[in-house]
Amino acid sequence: MVPLSWYLILAAALFAVGIFGVLARRNAIAILMGIELMLNAVNLNLLAFWRYLWSDNLTGVVFVIMVLAVAAAEVAVGLALIISIYRRRSTVVAEDIDLLKW
Amino acid sequence: MIEIISWLIPLPPLLAFGLIVLFANRSNRASHTLGIGAMLISWALAMSVFISAVSGGELPVSTEVEWLPTGDTAFNIGTWIDPLTAVTLFFVAWTMLAIFVYSVGYHNYGNARDPDDRPGFPPHAGGIEPMYARFFAFISLFAFAMLALVVTDNLLVLFVGWEIMGFCSYLLIGFWYGKDSAKAAMVKAFMTTRVGDVFLLLGLAYLYSLTGTLTYSEILLNAETLERLATTPSVLGPGTSAAALIALLFFIGTVGKAAQWPLHTWLPDAMEGPTPVSAMIHAAAMVSAGIYLILRIFPLITAGWRHGEPLPDVMVIIAFIGAFTALFAASLAIGQNDIKRVLAYSTISQLGYMVAAVGMGAFVAAAFHLITHAFFKALLFLGSGSVIHGVEHGAHESGEHIDPNDMTHMGGLRKKMPLTFWTFLIGGLTLAGFPIVTAGFWSKDEILAEAYGTNHLAIFVVLALAALLTAFYTMRQITLTFLGEPRSKAAEHAHESKWTMTAPLAMLALFSLTIGWAGIPKGFPVLSSFIPNWVHEFVGATLLEPVESLEFNVIPLLVSVAVALGGLLVGYLMYRRLEAGAPDPLARLGRVYVWIQNKYYFDELYDFLFVRPLYWFAETFVYRGLDRRVIDGTLHGVAGLAGRLGGFLRNKIDLPIVNGSGDLVGEGIKTAGFEGRVIQTGRVQAYLIVGIIFAGAMLSYIFFLS
Amino acid sequence: MTLAQLIFLAAAAVTLVAAIMVVTSPRLIHAGLWLILSLAGIAVLFILLDNGFLAVVQVAIYIDAIAILIIIAVMLTRAVMSDADRQINRMGLAAAFASLILLAGLLAMVLQVPAASPAPLVEAEVNLDALGRALVDVDGFILPFEVASVLLVAALVGAIVVAMTPARGD
Repeated sequence: MVPLSWYLILAAALFAVGIFGVLARRNAIAILMGIELMLNAVNLNLLAFWRYLWSDNLTGVVFVIMVLAVAAAEVAVGLALIISIYRRRSTVVAEDIDLLKW
Repeated sequence: MIEIISWLIPLPPLLAFGLIVLFANRSNRASHTLGIGAMLISWALAMSVFISAVSGGELPVSTEVEWLPTGDTAFNIGTWIDPLTAVTLFFVAWTMLAIFVYSVGYHNYGNARDPDDRPGFPPHAGGIEPMYARFFAFISLFAFAMLALVVTDNLLVLFVGWEIMGFCSYLLIGFWYGKDSAKAAMVKAFMTTRVGDVFLLLGLAYLYSLTGTLTYSEILLNAETLERLATTPSVLGPGTSAAALIALLFFIGTVGKAAQWPLHTWLPDAMEGPTPVSAMIHAAAMVSAGIYLILRIFPLITAGWRHGEPLPDVMVIIAFIGAFTALFAASLAIGQNDIKRVLAYSTISQLGYMVAAVGMGAFVAAAFHLITHAFFKALLFLGSGSVIHGVEHGAHESGEHIDPNDMTHMGGLRKKMPLTFWTFLIGGLTLAGFPIVTAGFWSKDEILAEAYGTNHLAIFVVLALAALLTAFYTMRQITLTFLGEPRSKAAEHAHESKWTMTAPLAMLALFSLTIGWAGIPKGFPVLSSFIPNWVHEFVGATLLEPVESLEFNVIPLLVSVAVALGGLLVGYLMYRRLEAGAPDPLARLGRVYVWIQNKYYFDELYDFLFVRPLYWFAETFVYRGLDRRVIDGTLHGVAGLAGRLGGFLRNKIDLPIVNGSGDLVGEGIKTAGFEGRVIQTGRVQAYLIVGIIFAGAMLSYIFFLS
Repeated sequence: MTLAQLIFLAAAAVTLVAAIMVVTSPRLIHAGLWLILSLAGIAVLFILLDNGFLAVVQVAIYIDAIAILIIIAVMLTRAVMSDADRQINRMGLAAAFASLILLAGLLAMVLQVPAASPAPLVEAEVNLDALGRALVDVDGFILPFEVASVLLVAALVGAIVVAMTPARGD
């Protein structure tokens, strides 16, 4: 059987790649893609743990469904924000959005 | 009774001075009323004391009060009336009263004020003196000082009166302070007498240190004290006794005050003052005070000496200076053209006579001559003032601009000013020593007799020569002024002065004539059997031991008559036909005449020796050197130092350290914030990186190490 | 190596490579497509975990909805940032470092978990029917379900409001 740790290692790796995308990409939409990767890694993690440790309970599955729903909502809102910023500032470069700068 | 009166004598003039200065100085009439009124009261009191003294009252009369506490004892002051005081009061009161009354007319009271006249300058032509009230205030103060000096019983109050008179002479000589010559003269008079006064003060101090007192009765009439002082060696060594040194120091004071050589230079210049002042200073009061002093301390001078013994050193000095001055001043008088200058030198010369008499031990002769001299000299001065007024008036009328004092512009005034002429003539003859009728003859003759009789032939010859010159210049003066014909239009238009000026002249002339007869020496042919020598009896009683009167000797009498008449004749003959503009016949003496005219260059000598170095010392050394460089330099140095210290503290310590550390905190935080805000990039990704790194590190740490 | 392991390794490799290509692809459309591939690989892994329903849901929602949305957004904003520009920002190195650290930390955590074998599934309890009932069961997960639906509505409304062009006139 596939050991649990393999799934976990894969999820960790996916998560790290997603973090890299969030931190390093200039385009805001690319950042969003990185976020999606991270969320998927989370889902994988959750489901792996449900299958190997709590498979008699539906809680794990429902949890994954919630995460999925939240991810969808978040993507929608995120893209709406990006479109709005693009309209006002004519840019989708995350570096240029630095109003918090001193 | 005398006791109380003697205290009161000096006071009325003092009160008059105060009242005039404070209240009456705006009203001329009130001022002279106060002045003359006060003098009248003092005169009355003085006369009452005199009369009481001569009519057999118990003398000396003295009173005393405690004044300065000096530890266990006290320094007392009081009054002292003895024969010397009485006769001095007599002549002082009369002459000063005469001068006071004379001043009213001299300063043109009753005339309107000339609008061209300014205070500080003599009035031009008959306008009333602008500073009339001030004059009366000053002469009242002067009178107070003299009277206080005369009635006091101790040397300290005498010194006080002496100094006040010096001060008043300063004020009065420079009365017309607008004139530069007056300003110079007032300072010169004060300074020169000051030299004498310093020595006088030294003498007072020395005497006090040796005896512990300055009262006459305790020193001068106390035989033991005199004996002790005569035998104690002074600080100068065993050659000089203490009494001699003290006497010498006091005598130097007299040299200054009575204008003897070498301190004579101030008196001729003092003619800058108004004529009543000249009369007061040089006849009635100030110089008389100088002679009064040495008469007073006669016991000190003659301590340890007996009549007939050879003279001790101090008396030799005194006699020498007196005789020398008499001849010296007389020789200067013959070359003067200013009518008052002649009288000034004449005063110096006559005072020399008195000083010489004291030096020889002739107490009574000196006192007698002092009395007569006061009267005739005051008469001569006041007369000259009348002459000057007349000539001024004549000059004003004729429009001429001449020096009214200059005798070469006068002449023939006997017709224009008869009263002045006759009184002046009487005074002049008295000065010259015209025999029998004039007082000067008796007093001068007594001095000459003393000189001859005690075998001081050198002094006798010198004094006789001086008498010759005296007669000569007196007649020269009278001839130039009154006799002959007028040598200028001013003299032609002169007129007689008012009664306030001529009445005192008449009174003084009367005294000049009669007073001599009170001192006819014993043994004088004919006259002495009628009139005893009252002066000798009375004044001689001042001393502890009665003075022997000398044997009458005819030789000094003949010499005296000869020089008097001879001098008068020569003077008359030489000058009676002098015309206007003609040179003085004396100019034939050539070089000598030039020296005489320049007063033997003594003024220039003193200027070179003393005045200039003193000015240099004051200006350069003390002012520039000490005051500015040392004292101010020190102050500036300290101030500079304080400034620099303050600057250092402020700039090097206060600002960088104290302020700096305060600022450092604020600035430091600002800089830290400024440098530190670079981390606020505004980019979310950067913030996240930091967070992730930290989270990862934390996880690694926890899970790797556990 | 069993079949399941092989399938797992293949799917894992595909997913990982695709994920790396997502974050490093210079052209954004390619990145989107790689994303789709990655999500598909995840779906395969879901099937391996005995949960076919979630695999389908993954495909339906993630690939059909979200990935397509992202691609549409990329196309809408193409003019702004051309594919020739730099894609990695200035902090790339720091970001790599951060993710490596995180990976290290996560691995440290994960390797603590003991390797376990999957227990047999009880079909009756975890089948679709049971899931459906649990989702609306008052004793079950009705609350999260309702909250999730409210969240979706809020997100929907919010997205519309945020992305709305400003109304012309009133």
